[in-house]
Amino acid sequence: MSSAANEFTKGIVRENPVFALLLGLCPTLAVTTSLKNGVGMGLAGGAVLICSNIVISLLRKVIPPKIRIPIFIVVIASFVTIIDLLMEAQVPDLHKSLGLFIPLIVVNCIILGRAEAYAYKEGILNSALDGMGMTVGFTWALALIGGIREILGTGNLWGMPWNVALGSIPVLGNILGPIATTFSDILGAIGIQPAILMILPPGAFILMGVLMGWFQHRKLKMEAGL
Amino acid sequence: MKELILILISAALVNNFVLVRFLGLCPFFGVSKKIETAIGMGMAVIFVMVLASIVTWGIWNFVLVPGPSNILQQLFLPEGQSLDLTYLKTVAYILVIASLVQLTEMFLMKNNPSLYQALGVFLPLITTNCAVLGVALINTQDKNYSLAPTLVHAVGAGLGFTLALVLMAGIREKLEDHNVPKALDGFPIAFITAGLMAIAFLGFSGMITD
Repeated sequence: MSSAANEFTKGIVRENPVFALLLGLCPTLAVTTSLKNGVGMGLAGGAVLICSNIVISLLRKVIPPKIRIPIFIVVIASFVTIIDLLMEAQVPDLHKSLGLFIPLIVVNCIILGRAEAYAYKEGILNSALDGMGMTVGFTWALALIGGIREILGTGNLWGMPWNVALGSIPVLGNILGPIATTFSDILGAIGIQPAILMILPPGAFILMGVLMGWFQHRKLKMEAGL
Repeated sequence: MKELILILISAALVNNFVLVRFLGLCPFFGVSKKIETAIGMGMAVIFVMVLASIVTWGIWNFVLVPGPSNILQQLFLPEGQSLDLTYLKTVAYILVIASLVQLTEMFLMKNNPSLYQALGVFLPLITTNCAVLGVALINTQDKNYSLAPTLVHAVGAGLGFTLALVLMAGIREKLEDHNVPKALDGFPIAFITAGLMAIAFLGFSGMITD
């Protein structure tokens, strides 16, 4: 694998910011009550991350090492303000449901962490690729948690009943849709209700614990197999 | 007086910063292995939260919000024009908190070495603790509290954070002696524990409606 591709792919699984590095926990758990919110938060955080990585990489030779952290914070905070205003104008509903956690992107450890550990040392192209990889990793993790919580907690996905949502995926939906509908009919017939707990705060902690336990289990199994 | 007590209980229990609002999770999982360090971290957070709340309250009311109390507007603009700088809140607050933490550290190092010994290691961590920025933003932009409620809310939020942190540390100290399944050892079991604690804290919801 070439090194540029490696810069991009490492953030997706191997150094996934949420599951492997355990960074940026607050937004990961707080806003993922639905798939839409998870994806929105992932992309908003990612946009700030990519922009700040590029700018810090550009400025890395003029930033004095002693005061680098305050400078990183100012750069990040400026981009957060831009994204905040942009989202308020363009996607007011999403902006409202993410609420406090948009300005709090400033203190998201993923962004400061990548600035310090990566962008301050590497060239602009690599930093941009690193930011994009981390964005993909952050977004899929949030989408996974948000999707599971939304299905289990409300029976919906992307704001519509989950079988309809699966059915509306192009191509695959023709197969998945009818299966999901049959399955949800069976669940309805038995009388299984959505578990509201999953969209309340405890559901986030427990789901995160179970997912991390599963990843740890797979890792242990792989190590035992080697 | 009654309102202030309600704000205190609401911030500490009903809307607990860690378990209900999900603010400050990094130190919650990072420094909750021993009760002693958990208490130290909790004290440092209360201290910085109160200081930061006072300063950000001043900045919000006298610099950012448009109106007759805005100092910049009074000094630089002609009569009748208003200056709205509220969009600068994120940049202003994070800079204030970062320099406040730095100042506190220097002040304590010089004047109270014993307290510095106790809190010193935790202070730099607090800059990136989203609970501090969170409490400042809730106080000013969401609730628009005056000074007394701001102070009480900051103290309550800090107490709630400390309570959750110390409880968690107590449970994790006990967990050390128990045989946790290998796949769940470490962080996964800590998350599930936090989930169970959050269920307990759900019992407070509805106690105060605001």
